[in-house]
Amino acid sequence: MGDAKTLRQLPLKKLHEAAGATFGGFAGWSMPLTYKPGVMKEHLHTREHAGLFDISHMKLVLITGLQSAAFLAHLCPIDPDNILDGHAKLTFLLNGEAGIIDDLIVTRLGATRFIAVVNAGNAERDLGHMHHHAAAFDCKIEELEFAFLALQGPDAAALMSMASFDVEDLRFMQAKEPKAGWFVSRSGYTGEDGFELAAPADDVMKLAEKLLADDRCQWVGLAARDSLRLEAGLCLHGSDIDETTTPLDARLMWAIPKALRQTGNFIGADALRLAMENGAKQKRVGLKPDGRQPVRAGAKLYTSDGELAGRVTSGGFGPSAGHPVSMGYVAFELGEPGTALLAEVRDRKIPITVTALPFVSPRTFKGK
Amino acid sequence: MATKYFTDDHEWILVDGGTATVGITDHAQEQLGDIVFVELPQSGASLTKGGSAAVIESVKAASDVYAPMDGDVSEVNDALEAEPAKLNSEAEGGAWLWKMSIADESQLEGLMDEAAYKAHIA
Repeated sequence: MGDAKTLRQLPLKKLHEAAGATFGGFAGWSMPLTYKPGVMKEHLHTREHAGLFDISHMKLVLITGLQSAAFLAHLCPIDPDNILDGHAKLTFLLNGEAGIIDDLIVTRLGATRFIAVVNAGNAERDLGHMHHHAAAFDCKIEELEFAFLALQGPDAAALMSMASFDVEDLRFMQAKEPKAGWFVSRSGYTGEDGFELAAPADDVMKLAEKLLADDRCQWVGLAARDSLRLEAGLCLHGSDIDETTTPLDARLMWAIPKALRQTGNFIGADALRLAMENGAKQKRVGLKPDGRQPVRAGAKLYTSDGELAGRVTSGGFGPSAGHPVSMGYVAFELGEPGTALLAEVRDRKIPITVTALPFVSPRTFKGK
Repeated sequence: MATKYFTDDHEWILVDGGTATVGITDHAQEQLGDIVFVELPQSGASLTKGGSAAVIESVKAASDVYAPMDGDVSEVNDALEAEPAKLNSEAEGGAWLWKMSIADESQLEGLMDEAAYKAHIA
């Protein structure tokens, strides 16, 4: 993680300090892990009202130019010409073996203008990959130096109105530029309704202060961001998906349009088609420990006969679920919900059951 | 009269006669955050100074609690298994972890008193 001197500082650091944040290193950034209320209360507040997350560590990349859509169709398993303006898609950067270099959200702002949001820890690798493959296309890749917030929870839409943002027309995975210099999408990483907002740091600072003046909104740190996304069944790249797992293994094929799976010419397409022909050997599943003890990333899974069955890739306690929650990979034939397995935790084997994801039903806004 | 000692690992030890009661400090519970699971040693278990004796899991992470000295566990605070959050509210009171015998009283000599511990965490 590097020591404090080498960590990058968030533009809104002063606000976090004022809120009593405890900081820790994540993906090369000094990030607020928790605030005064603590991870449990922060998590529950997000599901009951609204949590404000500083996600300025994530990278926004603007892709423009006559061949920007063709470039993205090569780079990712998406069909940019068939995405409506103002619509966003979850997609992937794949390597030649269809392993996931990163997961990202691509929003089409116009026929020749797209914004990609990539993970902080992979940003450098992603940009190198993008620039390398962009050379053959007439397009331009720019990194945006924005501050970036996520506002998540059932009160998020009301808070946006209070802050004079006209975003009621947006549904889940839609985006727009509501004011000059602002990019807002109705999306998030919690399973709740909510928004992600990017703009120059001074403007974002003012918005954060305005939102936080309302009791319904409070800062939420990285620790609760992790428990919220885990309950929502969402993957953390580097833990639940990486270059050794394909979208097929990760059960994320829903993000790849059916026609592209057969005929697409994106990087990794041949390898993905071969994997589909052969069938997945493993699958990503939810795992519910039977007792109260959390089963965390790295724990090995076994069948009752003592055969290795898989591994846990994320795990902890789910404050809204009210019990420990985990996610991981198991051999394909062991992936049916209800399958009883054992997880190895500190030399003991404790019962754990394969379950459907998510642990908490999503409440994203799909329209009235 | 009982004497309270502290370790570098943020445990408190209340020594009364030949018995020691062991817990984690208020500072430790604050650092751990919301505690969701406690695994205690077996009553009768033989502990060795520095060995892992209990595990406390917060939402964030799992942490070991080490035996502050050699001795045998005489009693454990079973109530914590059903109500781990008690460690957040009463770390230096009702949420003690276990009681143990003191096999070698000289092992108490390296421990801190309350003033030294307060300086240690300041």
